[in-house]
Amino acid sequence: MIGKLILVLSVAPLVAVLGCLLVRRPRFCEGLNLVASAVSFACAVPLPFLVDGRETLFWNDYVIVDRAAAWIVLCTSIVYFLASIYAIGYMRLLREDERLYRFYALFAGFGLTTLVGPLMNNIGIYWIAIELTTLVSTFLVAFERVAESMEAAWKYIMVVSAGISLALLGTVLFYWNGTFVLGPTYHMTWRTLMDAAPQMNPVLTNLAFLLVLVGYGTKVGLAPMHSWLPDAHSESPAPVSAMLSGALLNTAMIGIVRFLAITRASDLGDLPALILVAFGTLSLLIGALFIVRQQGIKRLMAYSSIEHMGVVALGFGFGGTLGVAGALYHMLNHSLNKSLMFFGAGNVMRAYGTKEIPDIGGVGRFFPTQGALWLGGAIAITGAPPFGLFLSEFTIMRAGLRPSFSWAVYAMAALLIVIFIGFMNHFRTMYYSPVQAGAAPSVKLSAWCTVPMWLSFLPLLVLGLWWPSGVWNYLTSIAQYLSPGLP
Amino acid sequence: MLIQNLSPLASSLFSLLAIVSLLLSFVMLGSRWLKNYLYAFAGESWAIAALSATVGYYGNYPELYLVAILTLLFRGLLLPYLIWRIIRRLEVDREIHVVMQPSSSLVVGALFVMFALTVSFRAAGQFHLELTVAVLALTVMLSMKLIGFLLLAVRHEAISQVLGLLVLENGVFLGSQVLVPGMPLLIELVILFDLLIVVACFGVLVGYLLTHVGTTSSLELKRLVG
Repeated sequence: MIGKLILVLSVAPLVAVLGCLLVRRPRFCEGLNLVASAVSFACAVPLPFLVDGRETLFWNDYVIVDRAAAWIVLCTSIVYFLASIYAIGYMRLLREDERLYRFYALFAGFGLTTLVGPLMNNIGIYWIAIELTTLVSTFLVAFERVAESMEAAWKYIMVVSAGISLALLGTVLFYWNGTFVLGPTYHMTWRTLMDAAPQMNPVLTNLAFLLVLVGYGTKVGLAPMHSWLPDAHSESPAPVSAMLSGALLNTAMIGIVRFLAITRASDLGDLPALILVAFGTLSLLIGALFIVRQQGIKRLMAYSSIEHMGVVALGFGFGGTLGVAGALYHMLNHSLNKSLMFFGAGNVMRAYGTKEIPDIGGVGRFFPTQGALWLGGAIAITGAPPFGLFLSEFTIMRAGLRPSFSWAVYAMAALLIVIFIGFMNHFRTMYYSPVQAGAAPSVKLSAWCTVPMWLSFLPLLVLGLWWPSGVWNYLTSIAQYLSPGLP
Repeated sequence: MLIQNLSPLASSLFSLLAIVSLLLSFVMLGSRWLKNYLYAFAGESWAIAALSATVGYYGNYPELYLVAILTLLFRGLLLPYLIWRIIRRLEVDREIHVVMQPSSSLVVGALFVMFALTVSFRAAGQFHLELTVAVLALTVMLSMKLIGFLLLAVRHEAISQVLGLLVLENGVFLGSQVLVPGMPLLIELVILFDLLIVVACFGVLVGYLLTHVGTTSSLELKRLVG
């Protein structure tokens, strides 16, 4: 059953890629991509219910379905589905019908690579999956064919490819380290390395982990390797920004987390976790500083992604049941919330024809429904109650209240307050600053642009009011696998 | 383990080929002409292909012959050809504004090699391999990494950056041939194909940059800040 679901989940976007390339009619392509994303979503939803505590392996052990992978795939498929609905409305506003089939072929390809990435069991193949996500999404970032998006695409592929080559070096060193335990040729899966970790040389494990952390950390957008992220997120079409932020970052994060689990199994103490926590705190700091003085609306959201990946990194770094469960819950909430924020930002950008915050005014007056949803999302993304991110951030903070990490919790609390103030100030400008005459937007937004906002807002609210005990138990069982031995 | 019981001849052959690759990356550091970068990169790839074959011969890994042939074809011929085609389309044939003079970047590169040697000596010492070719392989791997990053940092023509990226990959590939010759064939093959796609993507992007930005120098890419 699980195998069939995984197969359908990955074949659906593949069919969409081929279909879009063969039949180049724009309306057909958007429909096909939407159907494919809906099928992937429908297959991903039952996965967490079906996966029990064990790992299920397919295709000569190249594909792994465990609880962590199922969770990430669920987050990804939600964003892919929502972004596919939104893309129909948004891409019609761009009026690029003759090139639209390429967009949807790439978009489905991007969905495919981000969906299968977390399912890769061989560490080398995982690296390639992550590299492929970069290659596909570069052309999505460059889709608008203006100087800014070209610049963003170039920086994106350059910085990320260079960064991820460090992860390859780390992977080779992990393999080399493993050869002293397992012999010259072995199948390098997460499980074999984790089992061999206690006998592997700790110094080399540490070196390899650092390389992997910097490498995949580039992809996750942890500061100071984040420099590509604001550019790529702000210059790509809004549905792509949502996918980059809500789906791609999680796909790369799970790799770091699995490597962290390997180091926890070896005799290294708190050092690797401490480094991850340091990167997380720095990301929060960079996020806070740039959010406060930001002028671009989508760059604001991009720096908020850096901030939230910092929070997730803190959660996994703190470890233990609370830390890992909080971080995983945060991933889901962030995926929902950041989709909502990018959809709203895309709407506003198209309606006002500008990306600059000071040029936007009276959002709530001109777009009552979308404006209210977007404002609600803005409150949620800063971690205020009653939304999901409040619960997950609070859980992560509780996890860090140990002598070795409490400094990070205080820093996190202070920076989150700064971010709250900065973020709300920008929204005050956009909603309540006086509107000049003639600044009223002329574009009318279709239901395609509004429905996905509702679809992300409502679950976010529900997840904030009610953390189902089933989900809690599910996440704590992942915690036992990812950070064994911690309370 | 292959590297623990190598004949002196094999050991010196490995060292020779690794050193040749490292020297060729210094050629890239010391030149300003895009063509020279390209030739140095192609030569480096041939040295790595030869290294794969040698490791395959002495270590009894027949599948490495296949890797050697594919390395020669892909990295040694096809990639340089693709990049040569991109260079021909461009109007630049050398780095015009130099951030760091080639001579000073050679000195920095030498410092990087010393750093890499220190790290490698410590790392190999963990397994008591200080006196084997492992130290050299690690050194060359790490220093080609660092030199690749230096190329990325101080060169700003799009082509130099692509070649810098390929030097990064070459370094890892070279090291993995000596350190982990038993690495499953599948991964090496997929990485080779992956590189091909990367270069194809870069080719397309360079064309876009030229059309939509009007330059291929990263010094001009400064619209997006803050």
